[in-house]
Amino acid sequence: MTERPHLAVVGAGPAGLAGALAAAARGVRVTLVDAAEQAGGQFYRQPAAALGARRPQALHHQWRTWERLRDGLERHVDAGRVTHLTDHHVWCVEGESGAFAVHALRGPAQEEGVTVRADAVLLATGGYERVLPFPGWTLPGVVTAGGAQAMLKGGLVLPGRTAVVAGTGPLLLPVATGLAAAGARVAALVESADPKALVRRAPVLAAQPGKLAEGAWYSGQLVRHGVRVLPRHTVVEAHGADRLEAVTVAGLDRDGRLRPGTARRIPCDTLAVGHGMLPHTDLAETLGCTLSGTDVRVDGEQRTDVPGVWAAGETTGIGGAALALAEGHIAGRSVAARLHGTTPDPRRWATASRSRTRLREFFAALDAVYTPPADWADRITDDTVVCRCEEVTAEQVRTAVDTLGAGDVRTVKLLTRAGMGWCQGRICGPAVAGLTGCPFTPGRRPFARPVPLGVLAALPEQETD
Amino acid sequence: MVGAACALYAARTGLDVRVVDRGPVAGGTTGAGEGNLLVSDKEPGPELELALLSARLWAELAGELGASVEYEPKGGVVVASTSGTLDALTDFAAGQRAAGVTAEPVDAAGLRELEPHLAPGMAGGVRYPQDAQVMPALAAAHLIRASGARLHTGRTVTGVLRAADGAVLGVRTDQGDIHAPAVVNAAGTWGGDLAALAGAHLPVLPRRGFVLVTEPLPRMVRHKVYAADYVADVASDSAGLRTSPVVEGTAAGPVLIGATRERVGFDRSLSLRAVRALAAGAIGLFPFLERVSALRTYAGFRPYLPDHLPAIGPDPRVPGLYHACGHEGAGIGLATGTGRLVAQALTGKTPDLDLGPFRPERFEATAPPGTNGDNNR
Amino acid sequence: MNPWELAQARPGAAFTVTFDGRPVEALPGQTVAAALWAAGVTSWRSTRGAGRPRGVFCGIGVCFDCLVTVNDRANQRACLVPVRPGDVIRTQEGTGRDDD
Repeated sequence: MTERPHLAVVGAGPAGLAGALAAAARGVRVTLVDAAEQAGGQFYRQPAAALGARRPQALHHQWRTWERLRDGLERHVDAGRVTHLTDHHVWCVEGESGAFAVHALRGPAQEEGVTVRADAVLLATGGYERVLPFPGWTLPGVVTAGGAQAMLKGGLVLPGRTAVVAGTGPLLLPVATGLAAAGARVAALVESADPKALVRRAPVLAAQPGKLAEGAWYSGQLVRHGVRVLPRHTVVEAHGADRLEAVTVAGLDRDGRLRPGTARRIPCDTLAVGHGMLPHTDLAETLGCTLSGTDVRVDGEQRTDVPGVWAAGETTGIGGAALALAEGHIAGRSVAARLHGTTPDPRRWATASRSRTRLREFFAALDAVYTPPADWADRITDDTVVCRCEEVTAEQVRTAVDTLGAGDVRTVKLLTRAGMGWCQGRICGPAVAGLTGCPFTPGRRPFARPVPLGVLAALPEQETD
Repeated sequence: MVGAACALYAARTGLDVRVVDRGPVAGGTTGAGEGNLLVSDKEPGPELELALLSARLWAELAGELGASVEYEPKGGVVVASTSGTLDALTDFAAGQRAAGVTAEPVDAAGLRELEPHLAPGMAGGVRYPQDAQVMPALAAAHLIRASGARLHTGRTVTGVLRAADGAVLGVRTDQGDIHAPAVVNAAGTWGGDLAALAGAHLPVLPRRGFVLVTEPLPRMVRHKVYAADYVADVASDSAGLRTSPVVEGTAAGPVLIGATRERVGFDRSLSLRAVRALAAGAIGLFPFLERVSALRTYAGFRPYLPDHLPAIGPDPRVPGLYHACGHEGAGIGLATGTGRLVAQALTGKTPDLDLGPFRPERFEATAPPGTNGDNNR
Repeated sequence: MNPWELAQARPGAAFTVTFDGRPVEALPGQTVAAALWAAGVTSWRSTRGAGRPRGVFCGIGVCFDCLVTVNDRANQRACLVPVRPGDVIRTQEGTGRDDD
């Protein structure tokens, strides 16, 4: 029993679960380390058990898939093949092939350190939402689209009565329909892209009939709930003194610039806004994995370029739950073969591999269509707070660039403190890059989350060599 | 930072100055520094003299540049946990006083008054009012701006242009030549490479150091605080003050925890072991930090020379080449004095300090035959 | 329709916590943020610079905008921390820590 090779999976979303199940079924001892109280990640986020939701599927898509994952996990846990560590927040993974240490903080308080040792690591750390600033975006009542969804799925709560859902990207559809189904009045769905552009990519779309059906279903739901859709529109400003009261939206022309005379004010108490997703890559970067743009680079087996470290799901590139499942499955099978000292045969996962190829193409097409409007950075007024943690304004960033000679995000950070606060630039990073006029690159964060100094000081000697 | 200070003082003598950096402003060790302006950690000798000169100049500049560089003359407090350590510290401070440092003995009750959150049971300490702090990246950016020098960032020096007689004519960069009769090497950790481009041996080596940054806090740490830990049983020749990490609050809120001296020994490759030692040292001084979160840690490369003194002044081997690098962990603090000395050398004035101990050619005997210095990148 | 009906939730018995001294009903399984939202509260932090109100933003523990003081422990992410009977929840001012 104890001789079985040991895999630590970080993240219990679709990718991590698929990877854990695939590896556990092939003779690998798996420890699944996850921050949430229940498995599922963001996509399959569940209401807390104590809320007694008897029909959680009403908040979800692809419930069957989830049931299969959930039941599989339960079987492996019961059989002792998988240890599921809930409420474990991983802040650093160190080591090398055959000897990794996964350092986590336990419980909601995150004041107690735990270290899991493993022969190999699968990073399935998921992603988070990108939000680009606009005047008023720090007002209470303005939340990320994913945040509104997470609070609904996990806590069965709505932030208010009347919502506007805005930004760009495929996430906005389920958020708008979800909020509407749960009883919010969704005053508008404001999408800066022109979904008609998707038609031009028909071949890629046609290869994904499931995705087309999904899109059609959401459109039907929008109609059913009377949600007004405003394509090629953007939120120009959020209004309110201490709380959101309304938003001004305006139309965009073909080049993504504001169309004069199209501004209109929509009263609302909630704005759910998002501009796509970004992967969590901190753990991978600290381990020394090479990134490709914002994504962890992996090979056909989902291996990173650091021996013993695999990655799957959003962390290797945003592509949704179905892609994450395929990648996680391939990763788990590869891990099992490699830890048993054999070379895996990719033909064994040909189905997952085909679906991975198609879904990556599909999301590349979506990505090309759902882009923020061209001059979003220019529309950020000088007095708009860009770094929410350190309250750094757009003017301060512009001064650092224009008069102090900063030309990159790191120098702007040093000169303005943008990105030095609690969130370590996760939220403001893309905005600062845009204002600085340079491409967004993920910052280096040796600590993937804040760590109490007492936990650092108490790290056991042998685990920090 | 050192380059920025050289630019400022050189420009103020009337010279036309251009600053060339392959990266951004403060992109090297400056951006990873804490901004310590310390006299407290230096034993009597040339480095301390340079530190005292620099401290005076920093105070002058702070008056001029205002709050933009976040200069804080907060003072340093060195604490001793045992009476034996306190005796050693007191002796050390007496020597510093003789060299012109203000060093005030503080008893246990006095320590509590200076630092209410300090761990109980300390034997005593010494207060150094001349210790101060700047925000290094802001300081570098604002000094360059104040100098009026032309700034070429993102431009890499690929060669040093020299006349037939060996005299410097300027630098070659990846974006064209810049002609100048004098070139100042303020390349910090990479100063050895730049010297090598001019055919001069200067063994600057990188030494890694770490800083831990906490969540923002109110002013719970008021000075720069570190512990003296005298190890009496070390062979007397090499005995020295070992120090804990420096713990200090900042204007922006976070507490910085960092090693400031070569002897602290946090210089190995990036590892949690170093971070653990920083955290443990800081909690030993300020127990409340145990439940405070570290938001980040980062590493920087200290540029050091074998005798732990910087190279400052003209290089007799290459007429027209001046050096201002190798300040180890003290480059921010020593930048102003260095800039002043380099400016004086450039204009043929008598320097405020004897440049003898900082002579760049002092390592000539160790130069590997037929090589151009160290290329440790 | 509301989220409870939609998911056919049958939560356990409600309990009371306080927010800035006033009683708030909460349900087992809710996070502090969910309980406050359900009570119509959307801000529970005042920034340390401009003193501006903040509440939930990302909802998944990434942005740290929802920091709140619970039972005298500052800097708790309201979107992650489960609410417990008797919790004393306070608006977090600035760093959430006193300087004495």
